[in-house]
Amino acid sequence: MTSTTYDAVRATGLVKEFGTNRAVDGIDLQVAPGEIFGVLGPNGAGKTTTLAMLATLLRIDDGEASIFGVDVRRRPHEVRQLLGVTGQYASVDENLTARENLRLFGRLLGLSSREARSRADTLLGQFGLEDAADRQIAKFSGGMRRRLDLAVSLVRRPPLIFLDEPTTGLDPRTRGQMWTTIRELVASGSTILLTTQYLDEADQLADRIAVIDRGAKVAEGTPGQLKASVGSSTLQLRVADTADVAAAAAVVGRVLPHEPVMTPEQGGVSVALTDADQAAEALLALRAQGISIASVSVAQPTLDEVFLVLTGHETGDPEPTPHDTLEVAR
Amino acid sequence: MTAITTIPAETRDSTVEVHPRLGAAEVLSQTMTMAWRSVIKMRRNPEQFFDVLVQPLLFTAMFAFVFGGAISGDVDKYLPVLIPGILAQTTMTACIATGVQLREDMDKGVFDRFRVLPIARIAPLAGPMVADLTRYTVATVLTFATGMAIGYRPGGGVAGVVAAILLVIVTGWSLAWIFTFVGIIGRSAQAVQGMSMMIMFPLTFVSNAFVLPGSMPGWLRAFVQVNPVSHVVTATRDLANTGAVTAQVGWALVACAAVVAIFATLSVRAYRKAV
Repeated sequence: MTSTTYDAVRATGLVKEFGTNRAVDGIDLQVAPGEIFGVLGPNGAGKTTTLAMLATLLRIDDGEASIFGVDVRRRPHEVRQLLGVTGQYASVDENLTARENLRLFGRLLGLSSREARSRADTLLGQFGLEDAADRQIAKFSGGMRRRLDLAVSLVRRPPLIFLDEPTTGLDPRTRGQMWTTIRELVASGSTILLTTQYLDEADQLADRIAVIDRGAKVAEGTPGQLKASVGSSTLQLRVADTADVAAAAAVVGRVLPHEPVMTPEQGGVSVALTDADQAAEALLALRAQGISIASVSVAQPTLDEVFLVLTGHETGDPEPTPHDTLEVAR
Repeated sequence: MTAITTIPAETRDSTVEVHPRLGAAEVLSQTMTMAWRSVIKMRRNPEQFFDVLVQPLLFTAMFAFVFGGAISGDVDKYLPVLIPGILAQTTMTACIATGVQLREDMDKGVFDRFRVLPIARIAPLAGPMVADLTRYTVATVLTFATGMAIGYRPGGGVAGVVAAILLVIVTGWSLAWIFTFVGIIGRSAQAVQGMSMMIMFPLTFVSNAFVLPGSMPGWLRAFVQVNPVSHVVTATRDLANTGAVTAQVGWALVACAAVVAIFATLSVRAYRKAV
């Protein structure tokens, strides 16, 4: 018996290579017990790959990782006993009903037939799935699937839970319900490592956030610290004449503390704001210089802006898909 | 090994004990749970039984009437040779489905979840194979029934036929490991199907299943003699036609054990690596 307090997750210099592509390129993570830790990044940043390595699903090419002090590479069977993993795509058995799924995983995890049955009933109640308990998963809605998926990973009350993009593709209402469920989980003492492409999700749930881009960690901190680095909101404006973009950016840069970012093709200038009042100052300064504006808006910082600020480039991957843009531009 | 990691109390209301190894009873229970899952799937998708229902009827009648005269002089004389051969072939075909379905299953998200569970790596592979025993049983019983309907009278009596059926079921389960391995390493269900066919056809036809090897060239006969399917077919003939438990029955079981030892090991190893 040891009394050392282990980190729930400790990873140093994690590397995963697929051919010549370094999907994960030296990531360090440290998650304290009882914490919700968010890994934030766009599609293809290496979030899921990192999680898969920590969950023993993918071989770790280089670096060290341990879960509650248990080495992931050398003792995978023991690590699996400490984990509940919920995938990006509902990884429950489509041929089975919700109840059968819960019983299947209960039995596999060593519960007796009776225990598995009663645990299934408890979880179905807890996740509001009683009415659908005996329906096949194929007929489930996206939100119900996610909830079942989460319920399945809680069959044995694991001390650490991985949530891989728990709300991607869900409508806002269902998303809110998932958030509530996740918060309840932490209240009951679990540690959670969650990946997301949504800044607001990380903001809502996580105690600490690591921002990942192209396989590397570009920032880490509390949501407050991260937001301070990008401003609490963003002023986005388009000048009437695209030739004025540089001049407009210069004016805005002079009156505001943050560095403006230009998108010259669209005549766009965006800048982080520490508070929304600063938007007025910028607009007044532009008026004073006689620069005419086509449109203006103040928005919460999006992942795009976080990325622009933290990495100096857009979230777009080497080959961005329309799907990426859609989700990020939300 | 009794190493136990204790999780600090502040992470949970209670400590979590971590066990370094699984016991045999746990492995068996996990395998049977996986078999239970496969049985539910079979019940929901009864079309899975199409091959084992149709093939015995179709192939038995077809081979008997097409080849019977040419090979043995008449159909009745060919049936005692043919029925054990058809049994082997039908079982092999049923085994192909085992591999193909495993591939389809592995492509779904639920298999990732199986892979992160602290369960025996062999359980998700062996479970479906246990459930498939029902398919082999259906195939074998139906083949005997069809044979008898068109005039086959097994000399081994009820005991001989039951023994033959059991032997074929054991064989089916053993040879299915070959196709399970193909299922794990294949890239898609179609590729698995194709590769399995390339294994199934030579194993079944370059054996004594349909034609006695006397008429084959020497080099081919050499393969026929080491082919496990030949031993199984001969053993089945001995059991069903004479009721005799010959040395061939022993050899068939040895061959099956060898196939399981090799391919179960390869399968588990490939499954560990599979991404």
